[in-house]
Amino acid sequence: MRLTAYFVILVVGCIVFEIIWRGARVMNWEFLFSMPRRSGAEGGILPAIIGTFLLVAGSIAAAFPLGVATAIYLSEYARQGRFTHAVRVAIATLAGIPSIVFGLFGLGLFVIFFGWGCSIMSGCATLACMILPTIIVSSEEALRAVPQSLREGSLALGATKWQTIWSNVLPYSIGGMLTGTILAIGRAAGETAPILLTVAAFYLPRLPHSAFDQVMALPYHLYVLSTQHPDTAAVQPKAYGTALVLLILVLGVGLAAIILRIRVRKKYKW
Amino acid sequence: MRHYYKDRIIKLFLQLTASLSIVIVICIFVFIFKEAVPFAKRPGLGELFGTRWVPTSPQKESFGLVPLITGSLVVTVLAMLLTIPFGVGAAVYISELAVPVEREILKPFIEVLAGIPSVVIGFFGLMVLVPFVKSCFGLATGLTAFSGAVLLALMAIPTVTSISEDALRSVPRSYKEASLALGASRLRTIWRVTVPAALPGIMAAVMLGTGRVVGETMAVMMVTGNSAMITFWPFDSVRTMTATIAAEMGEVAFGSDHYRALFCVGIVLLVSTFALNIAAQKVLSKYRMG
Repeated sequence: MRLTAYFVILVVGCIVFEIIWRGARVMNWEFLFSMPRRSGAEGGILPAIIGTFLLVAGSIAAAFPLGVATAIYLSEYARQGRFTHAVRVAIATLAGIPSIVFGLFGLGLFVIFFGWGCSIMSGCATLACMILPTIIVSSEEALRAVPQSLREGSLALGATKWQTIWSNVLPYSIGGMLTGTILAIGRAAGETAPILLTVAAFYLPRLPHSAFDQVMALPYHLYVLSTQHPDTAAVQPKAYGTALVLLILVLGVGLAAIILRIRVRKKYKW
Repeated sequence: MRHYYKDRIIKLFLQLTASLSIVIVICIFVFIFKEAVPFAKRPGLGELFGTRWVPTSPQKESFGLVPLITGSLVVTVLAMLLTIPFGVGAAVYISELAVPVEREILKPFIEVLAGIPSVVIGFFGLMVLVPFVKSCFGLATGLTAFSGAVLLALMAIPTVTSISEDALRSVPRSYKEASLALGASRLRTIWRVTVPAALPGIMAAVMLGTGRVVGETMAVMMVTGNSAMITFWPFDSVRTMTATIAAEMGEVAFGSDHYRALFCVGIVLLVSTFALNIAAQKVLSKYRMG
């Protein structure tokens, strides 16, 4: 038993160490802040970093308000019933749908049906659908953690339900909600399959002009460099560098979530 | 009165956003079926049961899904054989045997593993695991179903571990205490009391893990070699359903038979993961304790 648990640690250590060790060698300002040249064999990964940043920002901007609103409904208003049950089943289903199927869905709905083409808009919308369940579930948990007495006190003073939620429930659960959102950021930044079908440009050494432009993204760039490039050996250092940037981004975001969670727990002890 | 109406409006608004999740799920089904359905008319559904996947060919294309389904099956079964002992073992260790300090160290590591993007795991597999498998088993290429299964197991372990751990934790203390009081050893208690009591939860965890494995795309596509043939030998190269969609969707003409066929693959994936998830949710809600 102990062996199985430690084996997991060992493997995680190996992966992280290998990527850091080999990726650190190509890490410099030029790699981070310049355009790629010769289809990625030289130069940097700036457009991919910007692309990932835009996709994450866009999808969170769409999914956060929707997710929080759904969570408020589920935790504060919903009664046991058919509708609530259906919403819960839908959320569980969304959480389990494979990312490539989200890609197909994005392709069918946003790219073709809405006519947005392969664009940042389509990608953000697809990713937003994908991360919605993460945000809903963690926000609902945060709302439920607020003790009932806070609500009852406010209602007893004559506040309406919404006033109660707005001034006595939300302020205490916002930390927990942000934690969930940060986790969603990590997921959105690391996913490749959905953006493969809805946004990603193979090689596009310029910055996007509008929301309907294609863009490069870190995970897809890593995939291209490691398997699709004609000269895989030559771009290998760059691939390690890209993997490192992506790993730092995702794990850094995860670490922020853990720290925030600890601080929130310390601040509100009921 | 004004407050009353404001409250009603806000409630209605929240209800609307909540229903959005349902709308999205329905949209996913509708749009994937919408793109796939014309395939049933021409070349016809029978085509999908063929044993050859040759989507581009100068003579005769064929869109038999069998090699893709067996490919996914082989990889999934292998991955779960690796995942179950490690995932459940780690869960039992963390929840029952580890001292608190150990637990605080182990849990973040499992969370980190869950957070590593699949494309990074795939890249690691390509650079380290594939050459290793090649030299270790003396194969012509390391791009095999086995390599894919190892990577998938890595990705499924966090899911299985964390849900199994929850299940183990929710076994009432009194069960364990009763067993210990009867003179059973600690291991015997775990093996004969705690694990059986948590078994439904562990099963649900395995099902959710399987769902994740079936749907995983990038890592599998990078290391399994992607040759569409029917095989059950772990050291052959296979092509999974997810990898087929991801690799070929970029090159197909919109509206062609090939394009429709890829959406049919999507339906198979969607329906199988949907069934797994619903089953897991049923088990979880039926046996939820504490």
